[in-house]
Amino acid sequence: MSDIFVCGTGVVSPAGWGMKPFRDALVRGEGILTKDLPCPGAQLLRVRQVPPPSPRPAFLGHARLRRTSPIAHYAVAAALEALGEGTAKSSAEPFRLGIVYCALGGCVNYSRRFYDEVLKDPGTASPLVFPETVYNSPASHLAALVGTTAINYTLVGDPGTFIQGLVIAADWLTDNRVDGCLVIGAEEMDWLTAGAMRLFERQTIFSDGAGALYLRREPGQNRPVKLKGVTNAHLFSNSRTRAEAIRLARSELNGAQDRAVLCDGLDGVPHADREEQNAWSDWKGNRLSVKSILGEALLASVAWQCVAAVDALKENTYDVANISVAGTNQQAIAAQFCL
Amino acid sequence: MVITGAGVTTALGIGWKKNAEGFRVGKTAMRPVTLFDVSRQRVKTAAEVDLPEQLPATRLTSRQIARMDRATRLLFLAVHEAWQQAGWEPGDDLPFVLGTTSGGMSLGEAYYRQAITAPRDNRKQASRVQHYQAQRQALDITEAFGVGGPVTIIANACASGANSIGHAWDLLRRGHARRVLTGGYDALSQMVFAGFDSLQALSTTQCRPFDAHRDGLALGEGAAVLALETLDSAKKRNVEILGEIVGYGAATDAHHLTQPHPNGDAALASMNAACAAAQLSPDKINYINAHGTGTPLNDGAEAAAINRWAGAHVKNVAVSSTKASIGHLLGAAGSVEAVICLMALREQWLPPTATLQTLEPTCQFPFVQKPTDAGVEYALTNSFGFGGANASLILRRWS
Repeated sequence: MSDIFVCGTGVVSPAGWGMKPFRDALVRGEGILTKDLPCPGAQLLRVRQVPPPSPRPAFLGHARLRRTSPIAHYAVAAALEALGEGTAKSSAEPFRLGIVYCALGGCVNYSRRFYDEVLKDPGTASPLVFPETVYNSPASHLAALVGTTAINYTLVGDPGTFIQGLVIAADWLTDNRVDGCLVIGAEEMDWLTAGAMRLFERQTIFSDGAGALYLRREPGQNRPVKLKGVTNAHLFSNSRTRAEAIRLARSELNGAQDRAVLCDGLDGVPHADREEQNAWSDWKGNRLSVKSILGEALLASVAWQCVAAVDALKENTYDVANISVAGTNQQAIAAQFCL
Repeated sequence: MVITGAGVTTALGIGWKKNAEGFRVGKTAMRPVTLFDVSRQRVKTAAEVDLPEQLPATRLTSRQIARMDRATRLLFLAVHEAWQQAGWEPGDDLPFVLGTTSGGMSLGEAYYRQAITAPRDNRKQASRVQHYQAQRQALDITEAFGVGGPVTIIANACASGANSIGHAWDLLRRGHARRVLTGGYDALSQMVFAGFDSLQALSTTQCRPFDAHRDGLALGEGAAVLALETLDSAKKRNVEILGEIVGYGAATDAHHLTQPHPNGDAALASMNAACAAAQLSPDKINYINAHGTGTPLNDGAEAAAINRWAGAHVKNVAVSSTKASIGHLLGAAGSVEAVICLMALREQWLPPTATLQTLEPTCQFPFVQKPTDAGVEYALTNSFGFGGANASLILRRWS
């Protein structure tokens, strides 16, 4: 992989809005408090949810963001934090800012709301809500907000898709198709998604939020962090179990373990984590398990893993950070960042 | 980067032959919607596909086939045709790039209905959750044909199908792969149909792209898939080459979530980027398969963009929209329209927009209204989506 640098990170998580509460939560190392989310049938779903922002972010005053869903708010907030001062509009030269936005659930709140209206009476279903249900609406709002007209992909898939998004961004930068590229993973809370996840794993705590990396070809900062490489994506299939796929991804990430950290995808639920634990059983270095603190937020969680990795490298704690992603129903994949 | 297999499923039929026969004469395939209740909708027609009762045999078990939803079946049929034509063998070196807007939406709808009416009844709910997800649908296909991946799914609204082919082309161009299976798919669903109807984007008369009195789009469903590979790979295998992808461009229209900039700025940028990638000037393009939804805003902006893009050569580029025949296929539109361009290039005809009555006066280009034989060397297809996702592909005749 050519030299691709992480020039900014941004986060919205159940710990709060921004990098500081995220860092604080990781330092504390304790699971964020859960809450009970009501759902039909009087069941309560235990979740970790992004708290309301305080103060309210200024970008929510933008006309395009007025009616948007939480997932759009999270994605935009994380992206703007990652961009920092480097927004497209602040550049004197025309700046081609690419966007790769990744989600699994997408805008579930508005989709549920709109379909509910359709079932009750399609004649009164809101035309204001429907466009927000489209997968790429957050990426579109972000593009409008920062004023970019460059290439913009929304990727859907299981959590490993965020890592695929990093590769696409790196390719666009290498091909000089864009000058900078945001890669964002986001999910939003809804009883529909939390309830669906519970069908597969009752102990996993669903959460929501977003994470963003801002990639460029120039390092631009002290202690620049580089995206060193990404493994092949190993699909799950009848002939390749999830455990085998995770082992294959792990086997492609070798190297010294001193001054290295593994940002794994462990939820803190032993039987759910077993396959990933086994694949990395030889890992003697340090670990960061962001999902065990913040919850399972699918694409957002992988973005958090990457943000935590970059942050750890910048803090001069490690020289190398590995990301392990054992997806839900598609693939296992891994990535490596370094100084 | 050449095309060695193409599969297409639309309301005109399953497979290249039936679709080519229909597109060549501008046949329309609209009919009353039977898949869900439209009794309380403004519009009650769409271009539904007649699916066969049985799918061709592959590696899938009958149980796996039984779990497939409508969207996956549409995709399966297109993949099967492209796969057979390309004569590919299974392998781990085969990325799969797909475009869709709504994956298995009808399963998501069924999940929601049961969740609110019988919340303690979880029967079939886990399967619905799994197969609602686009990646699970893609994995059914990889399982069926022995495709090793990776799987990439682009959900850029109505440009998804074109973006997926463009991204597949990028993978070959960069040397990341020597062959890629790519395309787009979407099935009709109640929620999406109601969504477009709520926006009053659906035509209450007849979908008439680029007509001065157009009043909206028609929805359809379908899938199209291309087997793309490097020229070296195709030559080594000594297989028939159907055509070539020579350019891809993409741009974002930040004007509005659902409305294009009236001057078609992003459409122009997308077409220019495709031409730049192909190292072609607009005068080389013989035919444009327009996005041409039939909505007042889209067609006006696209006409403005084509006029600006072609400049002095605008009188030489023939334009039509095949959405009059099969409706707007959303995530499948870009890939189906790429296959229609391939048909035009291979068989040397232009697909007419037979529903046109009075041409939109801002169109400076010749518009194809009747079945037309023509020499076509290069064809460009436009796809524009909600959120301002714009994509253009350029295909070349293989000779």
